[in-house]
Amino acid sequence: MSIRLPSLSWFTWLGALRRPLVRALPTALGVVILNFALLQLVPGDAVDALVAEAGSATAETTALLRERYGLDQSSWHQLGDYLQHLLHLSLGYSPRYDMPVLDLILARLPNTLLLMGAALVISLTLGVALGTVMATWARRWPDRLLSSLAFLMYSTPGFWIGLMAIVLFAVQLGWLPSGGDGTVGAELQGWERFTDTLRHAVLPACTLASFFVAVYARLTRAAILEVQTQDYVRTARAKGLHPARVRLRHILRNALLPVTTVAGTHLGGLLGGAAVTETVFSWSGIGRLTLEAVQAREYRVLLGVLLLSSLLVIVANVLIDLLHARLDPRIRVA
Amino acid sequence: MTVSRRHLLALPAALAWPAAEAAAPAVPAVPVRGGTLVIGVGREPTLLTSAITTAGPTQTVSGKVFDGLLSYDVDLSPRPQLATRWETSADGLAISFQLRPGVKWHDGQPFTSADVAFSVMEAWKKYNARGRATFANVERVDTPGPLVAVLRLSKPAPYILRALSSVESQVIPRHLYAGSDLLANPHNNAPIGTGPFRFVRWERGRQLVLERNPDYWDAGKPYLDRIVFRQLPDPAAAAAALETGAVHLSSELPLSDLAGIAAKPRLALHRRTASAGSGITGFEFNLERPLFQDVRVRRAIAHAVDRDFLLKNVWYGYGTVAQAPIPKPLAEFHTEDVPTYPFDLKRAEALLDEAGYKRKANGIRFSFTNDPNATGAVLSQTAQVLRSNLARIGVRMEVRQQDFGEFVNRVYTRRDFDTTIYSASAGPDPAIGTQRFYWSKNIQPGVAFSNGAAYRSAEADRLLEAAQVETDPAKRRALYVRFQQVVETDLPKIPLISSETVVVAQKSVRDFLTTGEGSSGNFANAWLAAA
Repeated sequence: MSIRLPSLSWFTWLGALRRPLVRALPTALGVVILNFALLQLVPGDAVDALVAEAGSATAETTALLRERYGLDQSSWHQLGDYLQHLLHLSLGYSPRYDMPVLDLILARLPNTLLLMGAALVISLTLGVALGTVMATWARRWPDRLLSSLAFLMYSTPGFWIGLMAIVLFAVQLGWLPSGGDGTVGAELQGWERFTDTLRHAVLPACTLASFFVAVYARLTRAAILEVQTQDYVRTARAKGLHPARVRLRHILRNALLPVTTVAGTHLGGLLGGAAVTETVFSWSGIGRLTLEAVQAREYRVLLGVLLLSSLLVIVANVLIDLLHARLDPRIRVA
Repeated sequence: MTVSRRHLLALPAALAWPAAEAAAPAVPAVPVRGGTLVIGVGREPTLLTSAITTAGPTQTVSGKVFDGLLSYDVDLSPRPQLATRWETSADGLAISFQLRPGVKWHDGQPFTSADVAFSVMEAWKKYNARGRATFANVERVDTPGPLVAVLRLSKPAPYILRALSSVESQVIPRHLYAGSDLLANPHNNAPIGTGPFRFVRWERGRQLVLERNPDYWDAGKPYLDRIVFRQLPDPAAAAAALETGAVHLSSELPLSDLAGIAAKPRLALHRRTASAGSGITGFEFNLERPLFQDVRVRRAIAHAVDRDFLLKNVWYGYGTVAQAPIPKPLAEFHTEDVPTYPFDLKRAEALLDEAGYKRKANGIRFSFTNDPNATGAVLSQTAQVLRSNLARIGVRMEVRQQDFGEFVNRVYTRRDFDTTIYSASAGPDPAIGTQRFYWSKNIQPGVAFSNGAAYRSAEADRLLEAAQVETDPAKRRALYVRFQQVVETDLPKIPLISSETVVVAQKSVRDFLTTGEGSSGNFANAWLAAA
C-alpha cells in the first residue's frame, strides 16, 4: 500500500519557477539600490580603505586612484553606470581585484555551496534524528540530556566552536587539517582531490551546522509531539500498523513540514554564518569575499555577491516549495 | 679550502647559541636545494608590484619576484643587487649606477638601463606614495649606455640611496609597461620581474604560488623550489596551522600568542626583523582643537601614560619604549637626547591645574575622544590602557572603534577627531617616513597619513628641509637630532612604542632573515632543512 506522489511535470516546474522569478526582479533591484545607498552612507570610500592599507598617500596618488575607481563621479552617476551594466547582464569590473566581478564570485561560489550544502545535510540529518530521539523519550533522561546539548550548541558562538574543533582535531589529535580547502602544493586530481577537499570540509561544515542542528532538533521534537496527538495517528495505530511504520510514515513525514519551511528561510542565515566559519577555517568562499568587500568599500563586488545570493535564496525556496508538495499532497505548487 | 670556509661561517652561530648548537644534532651548515616554503599571510595583496603601492601584503610577495637596484644589510648599509656600483657626484646632484650585465626578465628579455629610467620616472615618482617624496628631486634619468643609469637631481637627495631595495623601489620591465595605463596593466597581477622567484598563479582568497627562477643572476640561488603564500585571515587559525606544520612561517600572529607558540619544539621565534621600515606607534593630537593648543595639556597627557606597562602588558615586551619620533633601528638618526615625559601622575595633575583645567565637582577635568586605527587588537588595547591611565588624572577619554576606511575618512578628510593612536612605518630614512607627520607643508586634508595633527613649526620645517638636502652625514644627523628635540618639546604626537615585527617559523626554515628587508626580502638565501 503506497501513497501516490503527485508527478512533477515540466509544466509544474515552470509554474513553480515563474512566480518567484517575476517577484525576484523588483527584489533584486531593491537589493541593489538599498545596498548601494547604504554603502554610500558608510563613511570612507574604496580609496580611503586602499590607502589605509598602503600606510602612505599623497594628494596626487589619491586623486589618481579615485579617478580609476570612478569615485570622482557623483553617486547618481555611479549607480546609473552600475544599473546599465546590469542591464547588459554584467556585474561590472572590480578595480581593486582587477578582474570581472562575476569571475571573482564564480571562483568562490563552488566552495561556499559545498560548505552550505554539507552543513545543511548534516544539520537536517542530525537535527531530525536527535529530535526524533528526544520526542520518543520526551521528558525522560535522553530527552533532557539531548535538550541540554542542543541548548549548548544553540548558544555557543560558531567561531569558538570552530577554534576549539581546530585545537582538538587538528592540533592535538592531528586527524584533520586546520584550515584551507585543499592541501597546499599537492596538485591532486580526481578521486584524491575529492577526498582531500572532503577532509578539509569536515570541520568547517560541522561548525557551521552546529547551530542549525540544535534548531532542527528542537523543532522536530516539538512537531512530533504535536503530530502524535492527531486523530490520523490514532487511527493508524488502531488499525494495527507497525509502530515504526506509524512513526516514519504518519508522524515524521508530517512533522518534517515545519522543519523544511524553517530550513528554507535559514539558507540566507547559512550564507551569513559562512562568513565567520570561512574566516576561522581560511576557507575561500563568498562569505569572506563579502566581508572583504565591505571593509574595502568595494560596492561592485558587494552588490554582485548580494544579487547572486538573493537569486540563490529564491531558487532554494522554490526547491523547498517543490519538496513540500512531495511531502504533503495537499500543498499545491505555485 | 671549502671546508675551512664552512667552519668560519658556522663559528659565529655556535658562539651565539651554544645551547641550541649542543642540542641540535649535526645541523648542516650548507644550504640544501629544493622544497616548498609555505608562508601564512593574513591580508591578501591588492596587486603584485610595489612599484606603484606601499602596501605591506604586496611587499611581502613582490619583494621575491622583483629586484631593487640595491639591497641592504641588517645594519642598512647598501649592497649590490641590480646595480653593481654606484656613485654620488660631489655636488650631490647626480647619482650614477653601473648595472649588472646579463640579467634577464622572467620572460627572457634583457634588463637594461631603460628599465631603470622608466621605473623611476613613470612608476615610482608618479604612483608610489613614498616614491613621490623620495624621487621628487629627480628631474630625469640619463642612460648613456645600456648598463649605465644616471639620476639627475634638482636638489641633493641623500635618502635616495637608502630607498632602492626590492621592497621599497622595484625595477619593473619597460617593455611590458611602456605606453599602458600603469594602474590597469595586467602584469600588476601576473608580475614579470628579475628576482629569484617567478610568478606562477594566484587563486584569490586561497593561495599564491611562486617558483624558482632557474636563470637568476645570482647563480645557484635561490635554494627553494617554490614559495606558496597561503591566506589565513584568522590569526588563531594561522597559529594552529603553524603548530600542525601546514605552514612554515608567519609574521602576523597576535602578540599574546607568541610566548605559547615559541614553546613548541618545532617552532622558533625570530625577533631580529627588518631594520628598514620599522614602525613607531604614537598618540597624536588634533591641534585644531583649542583644548590641545596648550602645550601643558599635551605634556600632562604624556606624563600620564605608563609606557612600561603598555610595553609589558599590551605589547608583551616585543618592542621598546619610544621617546623620540625616529625609532631606534634607524640608528644613524635616532637619538635618546630629547625631552622626556616619565610616568608621573602628580606632575601631570600639576600641569593641568596650571593650564586652568581644575577638577570639577565630579572629579573630571575635561573629556575627549580617541580613535585607534583598525590595524589590530594591539592599538585598541593601547587606547584602553591610556583611557584608564588618564582617568587617574581626571581626564575622561572615550575610545571609538572603526574600520580602515572610516578611520582614514574621519581623521584626514572630515577631521572629526580629537586624538588618534596609529602605527606607521618610519621608512628607510626620516625624509621619507618621519617628515610627513611633522612638516607643515604636508598638512593636506584628504590625504591619509599626512600631518594629521596639523602641527606647524617654523623651526621644525627649517630643520626638515635642511636635512632633506644635506649631503654630509654628520651634519644631517645633527639636523635630525635637533628636529627630534624640537618636536618632543612641542609634542604634537606622543611616541609610545617602537614596535617589532616578530616572525614565527618552523625550525627547518633557515637563512631567511639575512638582509635588512626582513621577511619581505627576496628569500634567495632561504632554504629548508630536513625536518
